[in-house]
This record gives sequence, structure tokens and C-alpha cells, in this order.
Amino acid sequence: MERDPAQAALEINPELVAAILCRFISTELHRAGFRHAVVGLSGGIDSSVVTTLAARALGPDNVLAVTMPYKTSSEATRQDAQTVIDHLGVRSLDVPITESIDAYFRRFPDASRLRLANKCARERMTVLYDQSAAFEALVLGTSNKSELLLGYGTQYGDLASAINPVGDLYKTQMYRLAEYLGVPERIIKKPPTGDLWVGQTDEGELGFTYAEVDRLLVLMVDCRWRRAELVEFGFDPQFVDHVAEMIRRNHYKRRMPVIAKLSPRTMDRDFRYARDWGT
Amino acid sequence: MAQVAPRLADRQRNLALHLRQIEAAREQQADLVIFPELSLTGYFVRDMVPDVALPRESAEIARLVEAAGPSALVAGFVEESPQHRFYNAALFAEQGRIVHVHRKVYLPTYGLFDEQRYFAAGERIEAFDSARFGRVGLLICEDFWHLSAAAIMQAEEVDLLICVANSPARGVAGQEIRTAESYRVMASTFAQLLGAMVIVVNRVGFEDGLCFWGGSRIVGPDGSVLAAAPMLDESLTVGTIDLAELRRQRMITPLGRDERLLLTIEELQRIKRRRYGGT
Repeated sequence: MERDPAQAALEINPELVAAILCRFISTELHRAGFRHAVVGLSGGIDSSVVTTLAARALGPDNVLAVTMPYKTSSEATRQDAQTVIDHLGVRSLDVPITESIDAYFRRFPDASRLRLANKCARERMTVLYDQSAAFEALVLGTSNKSELLLGYGTQYGDLASAINPVGDLYKTQMYRLAEYLGVPERIIKKPPTGDLWVGQTDEGELGFTYAEVDRLLVLMVDCRWRRAELVEFGFDPQFVDHVAEMIRRNHYKRRMPVIAKLSPRTMDRDFRYARDWGT
Repeated sequence: MAQVAPRLADRQRNLALHLRQIEAAREQQADLVIFPELSLTGYFVRDMVPDVALPRESAEIARLVEAAGPSALVAGFVEESPQHRFYNAALFAEQGRIVHVHRKVYLPTYGLFDEQRYFAAGERIEAFDSARFGRVGLLICEDFWHLSAAAIMQAEEVDLLICVANSPARGVAGQEIRTAESYRVMASTFAQLLGAMVIVVNRVGFEDGLCFWGGSRIVGPDGSVLAAAPMLDESLTVGTIDLAELRRQRMITPLGRDERLLLTIEELQRIKRRRYGGT
């Protein structure tokens, strides 16, 4: 049987990946002088995987899972988050964001659904960073590579974190890792959702499935196939162009703000130091 | 094989780490202690290159060499030349004096690497005679990926080829990290083709999300692994090399004897004329 290059490129050895990521979490925390981690736990697969990795790396007592439901968040999702908390034995805190969100939007009742979703993501970010100060912890990111490439996340919202163990794993690979880590099957099986509004699913909103787009992304980004090669392989040219444009258009979300250069040495341009400088 | 995780750009701390490791190695009667590439500085030194650089005559280097006592020592550092060029360098010291300094010739500047921005390239690949290990070749990481470097070492008739590395993990689909697999295969292949002992010492730990995978090893001239350090974790691994094994292997497979060096030189000169002109 001929090897499917997209599938081959998406393969991971979850045991090896978990071994690397657990060491990554503990090393990065400890070098910055921390022992604890905070994770925003939605009850979805990404945050469940990160919480599990953190519990393995640091011990469950050193991990705080924060649930931050809004009034439209589904009960099933909340139950899933609780299952993960109980299963891992991590510390937990429930901080509903309904009051603060609704207080703000009373002034802007015509705000779009997207504004509400982004505001919720940023509200959760401020809760996590505040709780990280209280718990003397760093905030762990949960954005996967599919989301980062497609820009499917809120800048300074769910995209914000101190360290992100899963940012180089496609959604497809997250499933594989989740199975290996023993994330409850219900969480793995349900359709991915940001739980931004009732009935919202990632794939419904994006207009394609992660299974489809990850095959394209891995060949385009990691294997550096050209457009003609992707089309020849069988991808719809419109789909290829659409995804390429999403990657380009959202690149700003993956970078720090552009700084106007004036001096001999400017942050991020010719003032070049590793983030792990001196540690 | 001192498979350590240096602290990035903290030379004092790393010097202390070296002194501790040398002491521990000497307690185990090690005759040769090998640290990885840039062991005194860490890898992603970037704009700190001038700050962490040392001339080879510096007091810190002298202290290291002295600490090794009668044992031989390989350590990595940023060397500043009298012309204020900065090299990614490794020294070989024996019986209290520096016998050889290799300046990395092949500075990777692609993908995640950016070495040519910060370092000057070495201009020699030459072996040297040691008191206890015969003729020795010393290469640094990317040098090992260039067949020409191995071919020169074969022409140099080395008994022991040492490669110090800061190799980051990439490729997690298989049983083994893909870069680790490449090094494993190269070490065994070069050992057999050169009829020499090969020692690869790679660091561990993380810098800016990069995972250095360790997996240091000693390979005999038949390609078999004589000692192997663990993957991913720090260790001081002691192995035994028996130079008598070189005689046995070179009787069985006398590749060095049969090598046609003058033919190679003539062919290279012909190729030089073809590619660069001249007579």
C-alpha cells in the first residue's frame, strides 16, 4: 500500500511527545523560579491535554485548573471539565465571568457575537493571569498549531500564555496525544467547540474539518509543498488559497506588536536575546 | 560523557557545573571528560556572544584545564580571537595544557539555526596527537553532517573522532527522535568507515522551546555501541574504549589501508578546476 504523505507527516509517537512536553513544562517553570502552573480548563480536548501534561510534569497539587463559564456555556462542557479535575486530582477554581462581561456589554448592547466572544476570551485571560499571581504560577497556553496557523483564537485572549506546550501539535495530533494520556473518551469524541455561543462548533464556524485542514497544513507548512503540488495531490485549489490566505492574514496574532525603529537597537529586530536568557 | 544542561549565558554557573562534573568523573577514574558544544555558555547566546566570549588563554579556561588534572578534557566555549572574531569552539586539553582548539567550520544558518549571524567560521579541520588516545579528531555538531569533514578525518588517520553537539529534537513520529536517529546512524557509520572510535556528546535541557535530546554515545570501530547516555536527561556516563580494538577491526576491514588519498586529491583538484576555474 502506498504511504499517504499527509498522514505520515501527521504521525506522532505520543509517548515520546509526552516525555518531551512534561520535561518542557517543568524546565520552563523551574528556570523562571516557579513550581506551579495555572490552566484555563474548558472541558475541551486541548485544555484537558495541557492540564494532564502539567499534572504529570509537576504533580497534581502544583496545578490549578480554572473554569470560567459564561452564562451560555453548556452544562455538558462544565461536567467534562469537572471530570478532568476529579480524574487528575488537580486543584481547581470556578470563576464565572457572566457578571463582568454583562456589566460591560450593558453599555454596548448592539455588540456583535464576535465582540462578545473575544471579550470573553480576554476576560478569561485576565482571570488566569490574576490567579497565576495568587498561586505563584505561570499560565500555560492551550492553543494548538492548527489554531495558531489559522488564527482561530483571540489575540491577548486564549492565545496569551507564559509557555505553550502544545503549540507545535496539530489538532489531529492532539487527539492522538489525548488518547495516550487517558483523557476521558467523551472529551475526545465530542466535536471541538470554543463554546462561544450555544451550538457553536469550530468546524461549523471554520467551514472545514480539522482532519481536512491539518492534512493541508502539514504538507503546506511543514513539508513545504508548492501550490501546484497540493492541487495535483487532490486538494481543491480554492481550499488551498483560502487556507493560505488565513495563515497570512492572521500572522499578526503570532507576533509581538510592530515597533517603529529609531535607535541602533530595537526590540525583536536587532536586540536579540533568547527568551530563556540567563536561565 | 558529561551530558549536561548549561545555563544560558551564565558562564560562572556553568564553570562551577564543569568543575563539579570533572570532579565526579575523576572519582570514577575517567581519563577523558567530554562536555557538549558551547558547554560554558549554552546554545542560543545570540547578542550575548561578545559578553560570554573568552580568549583561549583566559583564567577560566586555565582553571578548567587545571581541574582536569592528568585527565583529558573536551569543553565548548565561545572563543574571541585577537582580531575580535567570535568562534563556536571546543578545546581538547590533556595533562594540564590545551592541545587543540577546533573552531566550528560549518555554522548552520537555516531553519531554526542562525549561527553565521553571530559567529565567525573556523577554517581548519585537522586532527592532533594525544598522549593517551592516539590521533584524535574533534568536530562540532554541524561539522559532523558534512561528509568532507569525516573524509578529512579519515585522511588524518584518526583513532578517535569526537563530536560535541547541541542537537535539538525534531521529528517525533517514530520510536526515536529523528535527529537522534540521524546521529546514531552517522556515529556508527563513520566509526566503521574510519575504523575509529567515535564519541558523540550532546547536551540536554531546553532553550526557547528547543529540546536538546542528549543520547551521548561511544561507538567502537565495528559500529557497535560501547556506552550510551540516556535520552533527554542529564547524566555523567562513563564508558571504556579499548584502542586494541582498532587493530582487530583494521585487520578485518582495512579500509584506511586501501584508501587512495592521492587519487582523491587529484579528483578534488579536477573538480575544483571545473567548478571554480583555473589550472
